[in-house]
Amino acid sequence: MGDFDLSVIWNNLPFLWQGLQLSLWLTLLAVIGGIILGTGLALMRLSGIMPLALAAAGYVNLIRSVPLILVIFWFYFLVPLALGRPIGGFYSALIAFVMFEAAYYSEIIRAGIQSVRKGQVHAGQATGLSYWQIQRYVVLPQAFRNMIPILVTQGIILFQDTSLVFVVSLRDFMTASSIVARTEGRLAEMYIFAALVYFTICFAGSLFVRRLQKAKTA
Amino acid sequence: MISIENISKWYGDFQVLTDCTTHVGKGEVVVVCGPSGSGKSTLIKCVNGLEPVQQGRILVEDADVTAKGTNLTRLRSRIGMVFQHFELYPHMSVRENLCLGQQKVLVRSRDEANAKAEALISRVGLLPHIEKFPGQLSGGQQQRVAISRALAMDPIAMLFDEPTSALDPEMINEVLDVMVELAQDGMTMMVVTHEMGFARKVADRVVFMDAGRVVEDRATEEFFGNPESERAQDFLSKILNH
Repeated sequence: MGDFDLSVIWNNLPFLWQGLQLSLWLTLLAVIGGIILGTGLALMRLSGIMPLALAAAGYVNLIRSVPLILVIFWFYFLVPLALGRPIGGFYSALIAFVMFEAAYYSEIIRAGIQSVRKGQVHAGQATGLSYWQIQRYVVLPQAFRNMIPILVTQGIILFQDTSLVFVVSLRDFMTASSIVARTEGRLAEMYIFAALVYFTICFAGSLFVRRLQKAKTA
Repeated sequence: MISIENISKWYGDFQVLTDCTTHVGKGEVVVVCGPSGSGKSTLIKCVNGLEPVQQGRILVEDADVTAKGTNLTRLRSRIGMVFQHFELYPHMSVRENLCLGQQKVLVRSRDEANAKAEALISRVGLLPHIEKFPGQLSGGQQQRVAISRALAMDPIAMLFDEPTSALDPEMINEVLDVMVELAQDGMTMMVVTHEMGFARKVADRVVFMDAGRVVEDRATEEFFGNPESERAQDFLSKILNH
């Protein structure tokens, strides 16, 4: 370790930055897609309509019983088969993350919806709002307000999980770091740097969550 | 206008309502009272179908609340309801609380809904607070907003479920005053309450419930002057003599 050379980072910065952008984009889009699909699943489970509730519960339990890496593989091979044409590593990975995260988000959102007092639903019903109007205007806004910290926390976990996309040969930040590490022969420098970057981003995220929680209890 | 006919209701094996019958005529004020756990709140929630009943039927005007296929959503939009814990939407301002149902259910324009909201909120003396959120108001103010929210729908009748039970004593009168005014304006009202002063002042009839049954259903003076049942006598002596 006598020749610890940090210039390798500087020299490859544009390449690493491209990788980080891919990781961040994938995280952001998967969080948005996961929350939308997860909300749908949560509403299905709570709808009281048996076939819908069972389908959603089955989906959530299936996805949660399978490793993420397997889901990423599935969609990489299955989506082109289903569509009849290749869609590329990024979109197949994005679909995999959305489908996977939706299962986790739906459980969070379900708990959030159930945390809204039953009286609020009664108040909506009593003014003649329909089931969907009550969800849309009364329940979900309150549920999401309660859930934001935990949704962000799940987003941080998702950001770390994006490092798995190397299996479909996407060049995320982790993969980019590995490539630099191997081609330049600077394993120690690059892996420490990669760890620092992940740590900084995730730690900043946690601090943000803590502030949100404080703001909520204040 | 509201006619409750022989309804019974169970939570699992536990029977909460047994063969309850009463009615509220147009323009009438009926107070429902009784010890806690007597089923009075459950009874009033059955009137607009928030709680289902297993036997008997409830008619509002000519619509059968308890029949399958009744458009409950439409029916509920015509009956106002006020809750013990206000149940204002905490993420909306007072104005938005009053406008939501008007715009989404009655499909009024924004201007129309706003005008109605402002007029109603002025009547309860809270116009300066119209942009505030429920959390910034006292309990008495919140309940007055909740009454206005129900009135914004131009209901044909109003249901009150213990509207003052969650209030600090000094705030009870500001809410009761609004209700008295409403009664004097001729609103059809069914009120679950322990406020016997209110009952005496504006109720046409008092329904006394105990253990899920309607024990007495009589004109107000008769009820207070000469309660028939021992249980009503007992209840009145407990609630009035201190």
